[in-house]
Formats: sequence, C-alpha cells, structure tokens
Amino acid sequence: MKILVAVKEVAALDEDFEIRDDRLDVDEDFLLYDLNEWDDFSLEEAMQIKESADIDVEVVVVSVGPDRVEESLRKCLAKGADRAIRVWDDAMEGSDAVTIGRMLAAVVEKEKPDMVFAGVQSSDNADAATGISLAAQLNWPHAAVVAGLEYQPGSSTAKATRELEGGLSQQVEVGCPAVLTIQLGINSPRYASLRGIKQAAAKPIEEWSLDQLGMTTDEVGSAAALAHVRRMYIPEKGMATMIGGTPAEQAAKLAEIIKEFRGE
Amino acid sequence: MKSILAIAEHRRGVLRPISLEVIAAAQDVKQAGDKLIVAVIGEQADSFVSDLSVAGVDEIIVVKTACAEFDPEIHEAVLTSLMDSLDPSLVLLPHSVDSLGFVATLARKGNYGFATDVFAMKYDGDALVATRAGYNEKVHVELDFPGKDCVLLTLRSSVFKAVEEAGSPTVSIRDMSDLGSRSRNLEFIEPAGADDVDITGVDFIMSIGRGIAEEANVEQFRELAEMAGATLCCSRPIADSGWLPKSRQVGQSGKVVGSCKLYVAMGISGSIQHMAGMKHVPNIVAVNTDPNASIFTIAQYGIVGDIFEIEEELRSYLE
Ligand SMILES: Cc1cc2nc3c(=O)[nH]c(=O)nc-3n(C[C@H](O)[C@H](O)[C@H](O)COP(=O)(O)OP(=O)(O)OC[C@H]3O[C@@H](n4cnc5c(N)ncnc54)[C@H](O)[C@@H]3O)c2cc1C
Ligand SMILES: Nc1ncnc2c1ncn2[C@@H]1O[C@H](COP(=O)(O)O)[C@@H](O)[C@H]1O
Repeated sequence: MKILVAVKEVAALDEDFEIRDDRLDVDEDFLLYDLNEWDDFSLEEAMQIKESADIDVEVVVVSVGPDRVEESLRKCLAKGADRAIRVWDDAMEGSDAVTIGRMLAAVVEKEKPDMVFAGVQSSDNADAATGISLAAQLNWPHAAVVAGLEYQPGSSTAKATRELEGGLSQQVEVGCPAVLTIQLGINSPRYASLRGIKQAAAKPIEEWSLDQLGMTTDEVGSAAALAHVRRMYIPEKGMATMIGGTPAEQAAKLAEIIKEFRGE
Repeated sequence: MKSILAIAEHRRGVLRPISLEVIAAAQDVKQAGDKLIVAVIGEQADSFVSDLSVAGVDEIIVVKTACAEFDPEIHEAVLTSLMDSLDPSLVLLPHSVDSLGFVATLARKGNYGFATDVFAMKYDGDALVATRAGYNEKVHVELDFPGKDCVLLTLRSSVFKAVEEAGSPTVSIRDMSDLGSRSRNLEFIEPAGADDVDITGVDFIMSIGRGIAEEANVEQFRELAEMAGATLCCSRPIADSGWLPKSRQVGQSGKVVGSCKLYVAMGISGSIQHMAGMKHVPNIVAVNTDPNASIFTIAQYGIVGDIFEIEEELRSYLE
C-alpha cells in the first residue's frame, strides 16, 4: 500500500524585490524558497494514515524542480517520508500547473500508489490547478479542498470533507484510488526530529528524467503552457496613508484613530 | 460572431451571488455580435432561470442532471458536452471551491487556454489579455493565450459588479440525467456555532495574523484589544493552530465581518482569502514589517513596523 504526496518548493519575495529587465518575472536574486505550506499538511495526513494503519504503508514524496528542490524533499524525508523522487530536465523550466500535473501523472503510473495527495494551492502562484489536472490525466476520482479525511489504506472509498465558502463543509464519498487536494488545518503538521533530520541526510533522492516519464521536450516548458506571460508588474499601493515616525509616534496616531472611532 | 459561455453556481437551492459577477465580467469583454450564453447545472437547475435572466444574457441553458448539488465528474462531463456543441471562444467560471474541484480537468483534456483567479480581462486587438496575481499578491501578471481558439478562465469574486438589470434571454433545457459519478455527496455540515461573540455583528475589530509568531503572544493582544474596546479576531493560521476559536476567523472560509467599521490588522499579509472577509471595512489600519505586504493595498492607514513594538506603545496611550 502506497501514498504519493506531490510537494512543491515555492518562492516568497524578499522585501526589496525587483522585476527582471524583460518584465516577465521577478529577478531570481530576490526569491526565497521553501516547501509550500499546504504540502506540510498533506504530508502529515499521509504520515498519520501510515502510522495508524495495521498494514505497511509507504509514503513517497515527489517534486518537479531543479537541484535546489532537494532541500524541501529532505525536509519531507526528515518528517518520515519513506522515499523522495525529484523530477527534472532543464526543458521543464516554465512549465505550467497543467503540465506539471501531467508529469506527476506519469510518476503515478509508474509508482502505482493507492492514493495521491496534492496541496489545494501553492502560496506563490496559487494556480490551485495542479492536483486536479493530475487527476484528469489519470482519469481518477478526485476531490478538492479536503479539510477532513476518513480513509482506511487499501479501501475502495474514502470519506472526504470538502471545505466550502463561509465555514460550511460538505462530506463526500470518493472512489479510490483518488487524487485529493488537501487544505490547511486538516491536521497539525509535526516538526522534524533531530534524529529524522540526520536520517534524512543519508537517504537517497531518486532522480527522474524526462525520458523516464515517457515525455518529450516539446510537451513541457513554457512552450507547452496553456497561458503565456506578457508582463509582470508591481501593483499600485492603493490609497493607504502611511504613518511614519518612531514606533511611539506610529502608535500615537493609531491611538488617535481608535479614540476618534470611540467618539472621544 | 463568437460565443461566450458563463457558468452559474448554486448551493442548497440558492444561486451563489458570484454567478452574476461572472455574467458581468462576460458583458465587459463581450464585443458587438458576440453571444452570451449562461449555463446552470443540476437536478433543479431550472429554478434559477429567473435569477439569471439579467440584461445582456442571450441564452440560458438549463442542464438537468441527476445530482442536486455540485459533483466534479458530472460537472466536467456536462461542460465537455456543452463546449463541444457550442464551440465557445471564452468560458468564464467563478474561482470558487466547486471550480477548484473540476475546471483543471477541462483545461487538461481540451488543451484550452487557461488561467485561474483572474481579476481583469481585456482585448488587445484580437488577443484576450487576463490579469492575475503572483507571489502572494505582491505582483500582477498579464497573460495571453496565443494560438488558443478557446480560453477558460476562473474569476475572482467581489471584483466584477453583479448585473442587476433584468433581461429576457431565451431558455433551453438539456437533459443529462444519465451522467454518473464515482463520487457521492453525503451531507452538508454547518460551521460550528460562535463560542462567545458573533464577529459578523461587531463594529471594531483587532485582528492578529501569523506575525504574532507564538501562541504565548496571543494573550497580550487579547489584553490590548480589550483596552481598545475591540473584538479580537484572526487570520486562518491562528484559528487552524487552535490559538483562537474558528468562530473568530475572518475570511472566505471564516466570517465576513459585515458590521465592522474599524479593522486593525496586526501581522496579517493580506491574502485574497483573508481580504474576502474584511476588505469592505471603511477604515482599515494595517501593521506589518513588510512594506510590500498586500494588506497595504486595501488599508486606509499603513504602519510599517513591528507589531510587538506598536503593541507596547499603544498600551501606554490607551491606559
Ligand atoms: C480555500 C481557502 C480558504 C481560505 N480561507 C481563509 C480565511 O477564511 N481566512 C484567512 O485568513 N485565510 C484563509 N486562507 C489562507 C490564506 O491563503 C493565507 O494562508 C492566510 O490568510 C495567511 O494568514 P496571515 O496573513 O496571518 O499569514 P502570512 O501570510 O504568513 O502573513 C504574516 C504577515 O505577518 C508579517 N509579520 C511577521 N512578523 C511580524 C511582526 N513582528 N510585526 C509585524 N508584521 C509581522 C509578515 O510580514 C507577513 O506579512 C484560505 C486559503 C484557501 C486556499
Ligand atoms: N513542481 C511541483 N512538483 C510537485 N508538486 C507540485 C508542483 N507544483 C505544484 N504541485 C502540487 O500542486 C499543489 C499546488 O497547486 P498549484 O497552486 O496548482 O501549484 C502543491 O501543493 C503540490 O501538491
């Protein structure tokens, strides 16, 4: 029995970032990388299923990305994932969510997991499309924004609680194997133990090439993407009046706003 | 002449308001001679016809299925069939939880132009240009779709102004009640009741986000809120961690603070889902160490600074 967890290394922006001269992306020097927040929750969900099952459950994490992504994969290994796969070829640069979904599907076809988790969305681009396009490629049942899950490994159905707008939820039964996109708050992700971190450092990260996926260079990268970036820009800051000065002066102004509101 | 297909959304017998926003967005980009078709899907989909009969809509297609509520596989099959028969050049859907569950499957299978969470559209000559955000709302990105005859977009809520003026579209009904699914809806679960206060009814809120860093720091902000006479609320990570009850979470999956007049956001970045619950507040003051935090784009007053320093100073003024 196997659960595959797709994880993404996301980029946050440094405080004083700059857009590249070609105006198509942010200058790479200003990007800070980390594991996508949602993926912490989906890995934890897989780990909890593994730990409470009475059969053997293997948790495999997979990420599409260049060398640096190894760091995020090691983080997952340190939290207890059994294996890590990194998929990369320089031609994949600029791939969109739907193409990444397709690559992940190729991994699923070889690994044959019983369940696949992805995050609802990524904190950088928030396409919220990769997991479900992966399901489309596999033609597997799927559910998005899952904030609660009842699943016995190997079972032919799972009970998933979809989180809807306004705090409402909906319980659905999904045929398995399935692809579920996991929502924040479904569990409380663990921290890696020191021992886990040491063990992870020694574990191999499997590297898969385009060939192994059975895909060609023209099926990936920006040329295969369903949208094309024309221009990236920094939006105007709106109407906010910035309150400057020392913290004491800033707080004084805030106190004034509060007192005025209270009619004092 | 092109067709634009807009998809309406409903839940528990009520049309979701974003449906009319999607129609408004379609009207914005509709060019002379284009046909705007609205589709509504479900067992009782015909009950939404009058709500959807607004100005600018040429046709409403009611698709009767065997399922009263959203089902990803039925929706996908219906949309595939509609797109085959209508051959639209543009398909617009809400960027909603339901859409998150199936729209990417259509994009993948049809190889259409595709973008999610779009908040602006225009034509540049023949090219459709869609704008969305990137890097946690800190940049905007203009996209186009070269070589695509059909483009599928999901649209951000509360951006396009809903159409209210009545119209008189033609209505047709398609029966697709034979479609099945490998999923099954079981039940809706209501949000847990408010523990102590109903945050939708209060007029002054102080709200804490991940900037507070640790659970032990919540207490000092609880005191500060009390001194200020504000109700303490929070962004999602604070509620998810159990540091404040879920009933105090502001945002898309929490509460919309409809009566709030003054909102002080402490260490909240301003994700679109958080702003969905508070961006309407007439007076917003944001405190954040990051001068590029997107919360500043909707605030009336911004303080670039450390919430702990501001907290300490503010106490002395409120004491
Ligand atoms: C379907 C869906 C529904 C969601 N629903 C909601 C919802 O209802 N409500 C909600 O809030 N979120 C919701 N989210 C989550 C949302 O996407 C964000 O993850 C969340 O809003 C981030 O919360 P935050 O701003 O507190 O944290 P962060 O984004 O981590 O921001 C923390 C901020 O604090 C600042 N900061 C750090 N330290 C300090 C300091 N000492 N002083 C001052 N500033 C500091 C940082 O600069 C940063 O801007 C939802 C997401 C999805 C996908
Ligand atoms: N490069 C990638 N490698 C592996 N998984 C990915 C990748 N990009 C996105 N995902 C998965 O898709 C989720 C985010 O969806 P999206 O917002 O569409 O990028 C992440 O939480 C991952 O589960």
